[in-house]
Amino acid sequence: MSEIVVDGDPLPFVEGQTVAAALVASGRLAWRTTRVGHRPRGVFCGIGVCFDCLVTVDGARGQRACLVPARTGMTVTTREGDDE
Amino acid sequence: MTLKVVVVGAGVVGAACAFHAASAGLDVTVTDRGPVGAGTTSRGEGNVLLSDKEPGPELDLARLSRTLWDEVGGELGPDTFELEAKGGLVVASGPEGLAALQEFAARQEAAGVRAERVDRVRDLEPHLAPGLPGGVHYPQDAQVQPVLAAAALLRAAVRHGARFRQGEVAGAVTGRDGRVTGVRTAAGEVLPADAVVNAAGTWGGEVGRRLGAPVEVLPRRGFVLVTEPLPPMVRHKVYSADYVAGVASSDAGLETSCVVEGTRGGTILIGASRERVGFDTTMNTAVVTRLAAQACRLFPFLRGVHLMRAYRGFRPYCPDHLPVVGPDPRVPGVVHACGHEGAGIGLAPATGALVTAHLLGRPWRGADPAAHTGLLPDRFLTPGGAPQ
Repeated sequence: MSEIVVDGDPLPFVEGQTVAAALVASGRLAWRTTRVGHRPRGVFCGIGVCFDCLVTVDGARGQRACLVPARTGMTVTTREGDDE
Repeated sequence: MTLKVVVVGAGVVGAACAFHAASAGLDVTVTDRGPVGAGTTSRGEGNVLLSDKEPGPELDLARLSRTLWDEVGGELGPDTFELEAKGGLVVASGPEGLAALQEFAARQEAAGVRAERVDRVRDLEPHLAPGLPGGVHYPQDAQVQPVLAAAALLRAAVRHGARFRQGEVAGAVTGRDGRVTGVRTAAGEVLPADAVVNAAGTWGGEVGRRLGAPVEVLPRRGFVLVTEPLPPMVRHKVYSADYVAGVASSDAGLETSCVVEGTRGGTILIGASRERVGFDTTMNTAVVTRLAAQACRLFPFLRGVHLMRAYRGFRPYCPDHLPVVGPDPRVPGVVHACGHEGAGIGLAPATGALVTAHLLGRPWRGADPAAHTGLLPDRFLTPGGAPQ
């Protein structure tokens, strides 16, 4: 099975899955928090509209995990928006 | 006997009118055809600005309103509607613009506005483009989340005994002497009223007409762009000096002047365009492109930031770009509170206090009708009583 690297840990994905789908399939429903109140955020709309699922992909910040297809060797960093 | 007041419009201005009138012990019913704060109120940026106003009747109202926003914040809790006294920074793009801006600021200072010359604008906003010649810092400028503010004011009004009734106003019921005795709704009900407040925002012209007291309130379409959420990058309300000229202009064509600010949620709001296209809500990507380009010139880091969405709405303006606040001499009992253009959020508390003062026939919370005669509807009326 193919793998991406999320926050330093390998995460398996099925060919064709987005980063968000791989995260949800592994049981992770939230991977960032709001600036005010630090409420959990993950996939909400799943179609690129709500910008709730933002991650950094291979150094490019602000990527919508629900739109980025997972590719072997991809490095994903979560917890965007945590910085106050 | 307690004066019965029907406030037409549950936007921030109507809610502020209800808040002050109910606090003064009047019997208040707020009515709106839609939900609270769903019209004009929800389409702006939440500006509470002194910086863009030249000395005159609007600045007088704005200065009172700035004080009253702090009072409302003290009473309801500033966090309930994200009241932030972040200050405004107006930046000039060239030496000529800077001289004009400083001259404008000096006149505002003489009228009681705090304005501080800034030579190095990047000391205040580190992410501004290099090479800008300077600007003026306005520490009194503030921001609120307008829909939360409308809801908080209305909730407080309800605590003081006011009621909210969803429904559309069809007309006024008048007695034999011509005075208002009630408001007829589209559903055929009559809400008893000794006074009706027209706080219908962009639709104030139509509501005035239905009440038999037409005022000319016209829509000017404005777009606001919303970026993805970011860490704090923009601290103040930052805008280019040409925004002031855009606000005061009556040009029919598209005008854009850059206004950039961060929000508590992390998104950055980019305004502000003005077009006179009637009530047309069509998306216009040319406007979005132009606003985005101007914002990127001011803050180059925005080139690498995604836009999440763009919203638009109408800034309700009177032909002389002043709001119309006060009793209509043609239909005793009708009081207008509309036509605030892009400043309705900022001007809401003082408008509510001034309307209440008119209803009481005496000053209320610092609002003295005798000090704000320049906003009365009389200025649009010929001696015969018809709109000019």
